[in-house]
Amino acid sequence: MPAYAKTGAVIAVLLAIGAGEACAQVKLGAVLSVTGPASFLGDPEKKTLEMYVDHINTKGGVNGQKLQLVVYDDGADANAARTFATRLVEEDNVVAMVGGTTTGATLAMIPVFEEAQIPLISLAGAVQVIEPVRKWVFKTPHTDRMACQKIFADLKQRNLTTIALISGTDAFGKSMRDQCVAVAPQAGISIAHEESYGPRDSDMTPQLTNIKGKPGVQAVINPGFGQGPAIVTRNYRQLGITLPLYQSHGVASKQFIELAGAAADGVRLPASALLVAEKLPANDPQKPVVVAYTDNYQQKTGQPVSTFGGHAYDGLMVFVEAAKRAGSFDKAKVRDEIEKTKDFIGTGGIVNMSPNDHLGLDLSAFRMLEIKGGDWTLVQ
Amino acid sequence: MSELLQFAFSGLTVGAVYALVALGFTLIYNSCEVINFAQGEFVMLGGMTTVFLGLAGVPLPLAACLAVVVTVAVGLALHRLAIEPARGSGAVVLIIITIGASIFLRGAAQVVFDKRFHSLPPFVGGDAIRIAGAAILPQSLVVLAGAVIILVLLWGFIERSLIGKAMVATAANELAARLVGIDTRATVGLSFAISAAIGALAGILITPIALTSYDIGTLLALKGFAAAMLGGIGSAVGAVVGGLLLGLLEAFAAGYVSSQYKDAVAFLVILIVLLAMPRGLFGRPPVERV
Repeated sequence: MPAYAKTGAVIAVLLAIGAGEACAQVKLGAVLSVTGPASFLGDPEKKTLEMYVDHINTKGGVNGQKLQLVVYDDGADANAARTFATRLVEEDNVVAMVGGTTTGATLAMIPVFEEAQIPLISLAGAVQVIEPVRKWVFKTPHTDRMACQKIFADLKQRNLTTIALISGTDAFGKSMRDQCVAVAPQAGISIAHEESYGPRDSDMTPQLTNIKGKPGVQAVINPGFGQGPAIVTRNYRQLGITLPLYQSHGVASKQFIELAGAAADGVRLPASALLVAEKLPANDPQKPVVVAYTDNYQQKTGQPVSTFGGHAYDGLMVFVEAAKRAGSFDKAKVRDEIEKTKDFIGTGGIVNMSPNDHLGLDLSAFRMLEIKGGDWTLVQ
Repeated sequence: MSELLQFAFSGLTVGAVYALVALGFTLIYNSCEVINFAQGEFVMLGGMTTVFLGLAGVPLPLAACLAVVVTVAVGLALHRLAIEPARGSGAVVLIIITIGASIFLRGAAQVVFDKRFHSLPPFVGGDAIRIAGAAILPQSLVVLAGAVIILVLLWGFIERSLIGKAMVATAANELAARLVGIDTRATVGLSFAISAAIGALAGILITPIALTSYDIGTLLALKGFAAAMLGGIGSAVGAVVGGLLLGLLEAFAAGYVSSQYKDAVAFLVILIVLLAMPRGLFGRPPVERV
């Protein structure tokens, strides 16, 4: 069958050429929750990655090679995320991965990337992603423990040491509540009273009445997410409670101010510098980065910037910088360079990683904001 | 003392919301013995349509009226396209259809509107009224008043008007109702339209307090259903009493027992009541009409 043999040879050559061309592009994987309940996180992340990969490629790529972004949407389903992770590793041969959006998806994907020895930079919030430290796993967003520590530091400055907690019973509220309770003793803060509310509740005055009646409470912290904190804030003012009220980074968006209305005045919360890009002092090292990202994102998408897209920007740039320093896309070398990231200025803060810190942010990454007249202001 | 009063205010605020939702179940149940699980979506549509028309620049009173019209249209479409073709199937089939409709409406709202939470400004002053150390928002009183007004109108309609009687007759025996000259199709359609209007009004009234988003309907329908069962399904007075009781139970459980278990406490009490009085507090004893 010489004819078949010839055809086969031709196909083999064509395939080889095709493969050769594909090699000129380096594949970067991303499993994100673009749709589903976490879409408000995953959607800006995807837009950010696409926008900046394009941007990098028009400037000539990295190490002389163009990046090709491979995005899969897990719909906030950890099982789907794991399937896509396997596909990224086995079929797409990615050199690194930026994602999972959620903690659940990230934890499901970690074993796949650890086994394949491919760097994974997660965009998920929980501290479990980088604790214990895993060789190939990094992350960019602040943790809820840092949010607690930031609030406690601010309380200390105001000489307030006895607090009450009112937390949502959703995953975010629970996790942050646990972290706050865990770090309170070493911060010298005592928790005098605790209340909780369901994520769908429409009135929290009974819980707040109990807090109001508790002697000695000097401030109230509300770890929560979604509309709950807005209702807590309104009920807080309705009852005429005058103690300082702290919200979490979970509500750090303009929407919270819209929902809580005038009641939001005086509320403090820790948040990323990205939210107050224009208000940062001119000598702030993060200012150029957050202003540039805000302008680019709003120009490209026509939507207001969110901290979540910023985390994706940080993840992509940490990878790109590491690949440049490594001078190649060798996975082990890139991993080592990611771990050596020093003084990288991202939207989330200034990143200094080390072998036992795969996040690399300190408390200065969070800014303490106070809401005044329906807008954010920087405290201090 | 001021604590007790505050818990009571909280319970009345939440309870009024449940009462309004529960009232919506009453009418459809009275005309075809179906529990319409898309009732929560009517509430959502009322609130969301008002919010989005408001954002588009329509003055809020007009937006609210339009939202009621839109929701009534959806209610009529639900009857014409989903309930009517399945006429003759059992009540269980129709209930399952309403669950399907509720999932569909939620999905559609996600696309037509968005997935964020929204609020409306309160109708009358935003400052809390303080009574003996406790505080209540004027909007809570508006919701309570709304529930009472709708209750009176509904009661008059079902008990005193010919169309209302026709609805009860249709539910009792559709064939017999048709034989005495009642247009049963139109009667059931009308009950969907009025229920949708009640739902939409509820949604508009509660949005300044409870906020709204595309997916609030599920939980409201569940709580409203529990309230309606507690009061006796089919009874308008029962719906309001059941709603207020459920709200008060939750508030006192959250205040005096534990905020973790407030829903559990409330549902436990409902279970006990229903064990003792299976038809609910105001339910009519089952009478075979011959």
